[in-house]
Amino acid sequence: MGRYILRRLLQMIPVVLGVTILVFTIMYFTPGDPVKMMLGPDATYDQIEEMRDRLGLNDTYFVRLGKFLGNIIFHFDFGESWVYNTPVTTELLNRLPRTLTITALCILLQVILGTPLGIIAALDRNGWGDRIGMFIALFGVSMPNFWVALMLVLFFSVKLGWLPPFGLGGIQYYILPCIANAFPGIATQARQTRSSMLEVIRSDYITTARSKGMSEMRILMRHALPNALLPVITVIGNGMGMMLAGTVVIEMIFAIPGVGWYLVGGINSRDYAIVQSSVIFLALAFASVMLLVDLVYAFIDPRIKARFAGQTRRKHHSWRKQHV
Amino acid sequence: MFSVASTEGKIPRVKKQSEFVAVARRLSKNSSAVIGFVVAVLLVLMAIFAPLIAPYPYDKQDLLHSRAAPSAEHIFGTDELGRDIFSRIVYGSRFSLSIGFLAVLFSSGIGMLLGATAGYFGGVVDDLIMRLIDVIQSIPHILLAIAISVVLGPGFFNTLLALGFGMITMACRLTRAAVLGVRHQEYLEAATSINASTARIIFRHVLPNSFSPLLVSASMSIGNVIMAAAMLSFIGLGVQPPLPEWGSMIAGGRSLIRSCPWMVTFPGIFIMLAVLSLNMFGDGLRDALDPKLKK
Repeated sequence: MGRYILRRLLQMIPVVLGVTILVFTIMYFTPGDPVKMMLGPDATYDQIEEMRDRLGLNDTYFVRLGKFLGNIIFHFDFGESWVYNTPVTTELLNRLPRTLTITALCILLQVILGTPLGIIAALDRNGWGDRIGMFIALFGVSMPNFWVALMLVLFFSVKLGWLPPFGLGGIQYYILPCIANAFPGIATQARQTRSSMLEVIRSDYITTARSKGMSEMRILMRHALPNALLPVITVIGNGMGMMLAGTVVIEMIFAIPGVGWYLVGGINSRDYAIVQSSVIFLALAFASVMLLVDLVYAFIDPRIKARFAGQTRRKHHSWRKQHV
Repeated sequence: MFSVASTEGKIPRVKKQSEFVAVARRLSKNSSAVIGFVVAVLLVLMAIFAPLIAPYPYDKQDLLHSRAAPSAEHIFGTDELGRDIFSRIVYGSRFSLSIGFLAVLFSSGIGMLLGATAGYFGGVVDDLIMRLIDVIQSIPHILLAIAISVVLGPGFFNTLLALGFGMITMACRLTRAAVLGVRHQEYLEAATSINASTARIIFRHVLPNSFSPLLVSASMSIGNVIMAAAMLSFIGLGVQPPLPEWGSMIAGGRSLIRSCPWMVTFPGIFIMLAVLSLNMFGDGLRDALDPKLKK
């Protein structure tokens, strides 16, 4: 297990480097001169040149990339905002908890609503429960989250007046953003749970359990669910990525000062240092979540654990793979 | 003599149709796929014949009737400048649908080439391409699209490129896996033995035989691209006003949601219709192309 964790941690390094280099390289080609924007239209040529030197904008691509990478890796410093001249990292870290709260609540919603929906659909295969459940799921993945958000605001805030339409405050301020952002996640989760459940239900060990007279409920809880939910964990990881990215518009609509809104603000004020850093920051957050999901997966699934254990276990593993 | 001629005429035609006809037949039995297909075709027709369908030009302002609620004259109402929302939606379908189709076409094309190269040659080439794909894939698609779209600036083709770039990964992975699957088949050995060039082997033999998973994933991605394109315009990138893109129409109506909710509701319904119909069709296509998968 320790070896697996170590290997997985080492695999993170090229991903982190790759993501940073890729986004930096893309953003390197941004047209326009940040310095002219920072100093305004009245700046003299000397002032502009001085500023360019100070920011290192006159360096070559490789020097700038090296500095940027070095600052992130050794100092966890994402640079400065062009417009406000403030360090981006402090902003990002201050805003991160709000974004993470939304993401975590969304994942919670996804799991507690999506999983039962998928199980019901699988157990009632081709019946009405299945049809209705999958139809809802199909709708869920087909609606853009920002539109769902606006419709929820229209109904629950404007028409009914039950929930605040935007802003920060108690938990009631998080309800609408989270439902809107979790919608596609719930649907994906339901579809994935259903197909994984259908696969498990047809396995031999379920037939065996049935043939020895086990009750259907017990078969479901003891044998079917634990096996069916394993692949679903991966969906949760992907869902995290979707929700993190989704917070960009959701935070903007509900005026929640998180990383996503910061990113949109950067786009609107043409402060591309903010855009670059926020994208990298969110991508790194996503990579860390995926790492966590993989580790949890390995911890829960005995087959992965066995791959890194002794020889006898490994034989056992190959046997199971053939027969299960 | 007649019989000879007729068999000659028949054999190739039957051979060519068999697979396609079988898939089409299975597809036609799936009612949700048929509904999806019909709605998608209707939307495409709406985009093509937009000038005939739309009652007003998309940019015609009528300030006397601004912010009008839906009525017989303006069935979806008008926006803050008095422009007819239905007409704008009809014209907007041109942007949304074509960005969806073209971005997927672009990413599938590049992804197929990369994936086929990686799978066919293996070794260092494979490693290089796949590590690059790994990196692209570890950035959430919409964030990558935002970054590229910031660099390229607004506009139809730039949006198309920004959205297509991140999706190269899926086509590449699928093609690579499929190529690895057919790589050691006898017909490739036969092709090599008659001295066919590598390019010919890849284009004539490898790709056609690994096409169906790609087709399914492409048909499912079109809907996602349409949603992502709408989101880009919603946050102020992508296709810009005054062009009637569905996402930017929703953004425009956002501040007026209390007084004129129709400005937000109707464009969203059309995004949903387009994505839903394509997803229904894609689901059906997956089942039809691989009957074994349907459980």
